[in-house]
Amino acid sequence: MVNWIWLFMIVVSVVSAAVTGKLEAVTEAAFDGAKTGVTVSFGLISILVFWLGLMRIGEDAGLLRVLSRMMGPAVRYLFPDIPRQHPALGYIMSNMAANLLGLGNAATPMGIKAMQELQKLNPDPSTATPAMCTLLALNTSSITLVPTTLIAIRLQYESANAAEIVGSTIAATAVATAAAIAADRWYRSRAVKRPPVPPYAASPPPNGKGEAVG
Amino acid sequence: MVEWLSVLSVWMIPALIVFIPLYAAFKKVPVYETFVEGAKEGFGTAIGIIPHIVGMMVAISMFRASGAMDVMLAAFKPMLSSLGVPAEVLPLGLLRPLTGAGSLAYTTDLIRTYGPDSLIGRIASTIQGSTDTTLYVITVYFGAVGIRRSRYALKVGLFSDLVGFAASIAVCLIMFG
Repeated sequence: MVNWIWLFMIVVSVVSAAVTGKLEAVTEAAFDGAKTGVTVSFGLISILVFWLGLMRIGEDAGLLRVLSRMMGPAVRYLFPDIPRQHPALGYIMSNMAANLLGLGNAATPMGIKAMQELQKLNPDPSTATPAMCTLLALNTSSITLVPTTLIAIRLQYESANAAEIVGSTIAATAVATAAAIAADRWYRSRAVKRPPVPPYAASPPPNGKGEAVG
Repeated sequence: MVEWLSVLSVWMIPALIVFIPLYAAFKKVPVYETFVEGAKEGFGTAIGIIPHIVGMMVAISMFRASGAMDVMLAAFKPMLSSLGVPAEVLPLGLLRPLTGAGSLAYTTDLIRTYGPDSLIGRIASTIQGSTDTTLYVITVYFGAVGIRRSRYALKVGLFSDLVGFAASIAVCLIMFG
């Protein structure tokens, strides 16, 4: 699907630019976009280096295990096929907590780290596992309690009550997240019944074996 | 509640920066060396994401510059207006999943033009705050581990964006309308 969206955007852009005589602008936009992409990635370097360093300290100290044990039931419901003591759970928890508090630049490195841990459980490294899709669903709908950036912007334009959107945002984000979880569940159950065309190594959740730990 | 939450989000990061190394030192972890060891991974990860982000940004940037987006918007406009939804927020619904910076700029513009306490300003703020940039999240997260087949992840993300967009409008119409 990514392939189709990407192709669609590029083809439609060039065609409509040709019709409206904006070809030059589109060419320029293509290179501008490439430049933005590199700028964004470079911006990520400092954030990733810093947070991954800090998180490694947390991991070595055993904090992630504590975190994943604390949040057991909710996360186990969402990620039934991750073994209980797996470090991925700790990173997923930190990612969700950072999202909740609106700490976007901490959420991304933790989410990436969670992905890397999930990748270790993946029988086919080029295809997403259901757990990865669930993690993405949670992040794209991103439950946020305090939209800090927006409150700042509203204050800047002299809102009488800059924080009044907190309530409406929580309500909307809750609905969006519920929809994401429901859709994810639905696709996941379908994927289990009908495995995707490339015969992916039968992966009964590697659960159940190491249960009696801790 | 709100003040409490914003105090919490101000304190959270400094608290983490102090708490994690302190706790680790208590557990006899060599904190500085461990930090450097973990931080090393960050560079490679960020570099690995570049091709994915560049590919996505090129397509999005072309799409906006070509006027193709305006054409799509024009097609949707009459439908929304008939539901009592201010048509000005529509571009946001389309921009939000594609580009975080772009939709934030658009939201800021709406707030500046119509005022933060107008219905449009409130709806725009809610839309901007209630979801994340789906395409960016997918690109970065899957790019970082080299996933090429994303399966149903994009569908789920876009679906929840759509639901979030509709919910933002509905909630604002009920709360502030």
